Amino acid sequence: MTKLVTDVVCPFCGTLCDDLEVVLSDDGKKIVDVNNACAIGAMKFLHSQAEDRLTRPRMRQEDGSWKEASYDEAIEYTAQMLAKAKKPLMYGWSSTNCEAQGVGSEVGELVGAQMDNTATVCHGSTLIAVQDVGVPGCTLGEVKNRADVVVFWGCNPAHAHPRHMSRYSIFPRGFFTAKGHRGRTVVVVDPRPTDTASIANLHLQVEQGRDYELLSALRVAIRGNPLPDVVAGIPKETIIEVAEKMKNARFGVIFFGMGVTHSLSKNHNIDIAIQVTRDLNEYTKFAIMPMRGHYNVTGSGQVWGWQFGYPFCVDLSRGIARYNPGESSSNDLLVRGEVDAVFVLGSDPGAHFPFNSVKKMNDLPCVVVDPHITPSTVVADLHVPVAFVGVEVGGCAYRMDNVPIETHKVVDAPDGMLTDEEFLEGVLKRVKELKGV
Amino acid sequence: MNTVVLTISKQPELYLETENITPDVFAGKSAEEIAALNVYEGNLTHTLGEYFTVAGGAGDTAADTRIEVKGDLTRVKWIGAKMTTGEVVIEGDSDMYTGAFMEGGKLLAKGNVGHFAGLGMKGGDLHVTGNAGNYLGAAYRGDWRGMMSGVLRVDGNAGSDIGTFMRGGEIIVGGDVDVHVGTHQEGGKIVVKGNGKSKIGGQMVKGDIYIFGSIDVMMPGFAYRENVDLEVDGVKATFEHYIGDLGERHGKSKGETIYGHLYKKL
Repeated sequence: MTKLVTDVVCPFCGTLCDDLEVVLSDDGKKIVDVNNACAIGAMKFLHSQAEDRLTRPRMRQEDGSWKEASYDEAIEYTAQMLAKAKKPLMYGWSSTNCEAQGVGSEVGELVGAQMDNTATVCHGSTLIAVQDVGVPGCTLGEVKNRADVVVFWGCNPAHAHPRHMSRYSIFPRGFFTAKGHRGRTVVVVDPRPTDTASIANLHLQVEQGRDYELLSALRVAIRGNPLPDVVAGIPKETIIEVAEKMKNARFGVIFFGMGVTHSLSKNHNIDIAIQVTRDLNEYTKFAIMPMRGHYNVTGSGQVWGWQFGYPFCVDLSRGIARYNPGESSSNDLLVRGEVDAVFVLGSDPGAHFPFNSVKKMNDLPCVVVDPHITPSTVVADLHVPVAFVGVEVGGCAYRMDNVPIETHKVVDAPDGMLTDEEFLEGVLKRVKELKGV
Repeated sequence: MNTVVLTISKQPELYLETENITPDVFAGKSAEEIAALNVYEGNLTHTLGEYFTVAGGAGDTAADTRIEVKGDLTRVKWIGAKMTTGEVVIEGDSDMYTGAFMEGGKLLAKGNVGHFAGLGMKGGDLHVTGNAGNYLGAAYRGDWRGMMSGVLRVDGNAGSDIGTFMRGGEIIVGGDVDVHVGTHQEGGKIVVKGNGKSKIGGQMVKGDIYIFGSIDVMMPGFAYRENVDLEVDGVKATFEHYIGDLGERHGKSKGETIYGHLYKKL
């Protein structure tokens, strides 16, 4: 008979759903089905069962072909590369657990690395804004139980965080939100008519790149000051209507995503959105939350926050932690030629970085630690497949609202495979030997 | 005034961090002692002499020391950073953080400078004859106190985010600028003699911004007041006067609300 594992945590997006059920084969070794998950989350579990999955590291040969290597050889190569580099980039750290991030930080400190996570092309601009002006936040539980006005600004959870709306933000009935979605006013601000916008009470089709102006106009409207007739393609009557809706909320929340963090104005969009939230707290309770992408990108910010004092773009080259996105951010480092080796774990920069950066990864010594074959492994000199975190090994992850959730192991990894943490422990031990510490 | 001439003799494989190239550090040192100072490339520490030839000698005090840096400095960061007095002349283009956190003295960059030039500047005179990058005279990340005092003059163009969180001093850009001028400005004066783009004076509390050329999109929180005749950096002209940012908090002085001022040349 098949076995049902309940309360499984989904290691896909920052929503970190913790109500999944996984159906195992009779012997408990294979995942047969996944209940409650979204299509993407279910595939993450089922992917790990692929018959043609890589189970051993592979090293690039002179002629460009791959040759299988042992984990010991992989550890030796990685340790040598990092120890020899003047300024290695250690990037990724988002699709792994906090335990692995902790060991990776120790390696980074020893080799004077540039530590950067996927926030650098995601919510890094949010982190900059939070540092500039602070952040009035809340947990997703509060949103579920209290929020009656929900704003999605430059994000599309219907596709990027598929269960966010049903678990927390629009549909669920909570303690003070017994009417579910009928009791909530949903506002979507997006230049495109998205699937999320289609279920909104109000969709503001802002002009591309004019979010900063529109947010500024909201602040002007909240203060009751005069506005121009049209701002960012939105008539002033609509802006005033939205400002009034927000002011009259019992509990409101702004969720935002890549549409504002990586369009014109970047961190300034978030900065001013935070100030809108702060202004609204003169009238009611309002909070703001980034829609974090990778399931534990928030955790890597937390780990580095307590280790180094900065959540991303940490420059350890001079023996102290320094930080300045624009200089110590991965793409600036790669494109400007500031680094001489690249280590990737828990992310796929090959798919997400600009072509110029990926070309540099191809030219430099490059190690990629990833269970999958990805565009990043295509430019790597060494590819180390590892166990799936959240499927084959547990560990701590932080949800997008900074709540830590312990993920669970569901099945064993294929025989002899290492986890991220075990591989990094091996690298750390060898780097210590090479550096004589 | 004694002059030290540094000429770059070897290019770094990556980039050099040379925050030691200031009159304050050079003061009272001979050419040999200066050549023995540290420069940094990634996690390695080298001596200045490995990358530069050093001629001349420093004065007894920083105020009495002039440094000339020559050659291709496009991979050299932090020249003149934190200097408090004396003079630095850069003959050519330099990279990031030129004159960052500068507190006094004169820094003349005869060429282009990279991003973060004059970052968190507290005083002195920084003059760039070429173009500057982004974050000219802006605050360091997370600091609500940007440029406090001094004069930062760029003859060419500048990038985005100039004068963020500026609280005092003057920034004059001869050419065009990119988006975000004087964001969160709480004092001081920014003059742009070329064109601005958009997001000018967003979240501005106090201070003055003068734009001689065009503004693509005006921030919604700026209200037109009147036309005024002014003399700005030697140019007499009529300007449209706007106050703002009306979405931002504003203090009061003698019963009057204090706004930021944006002047657009007619």
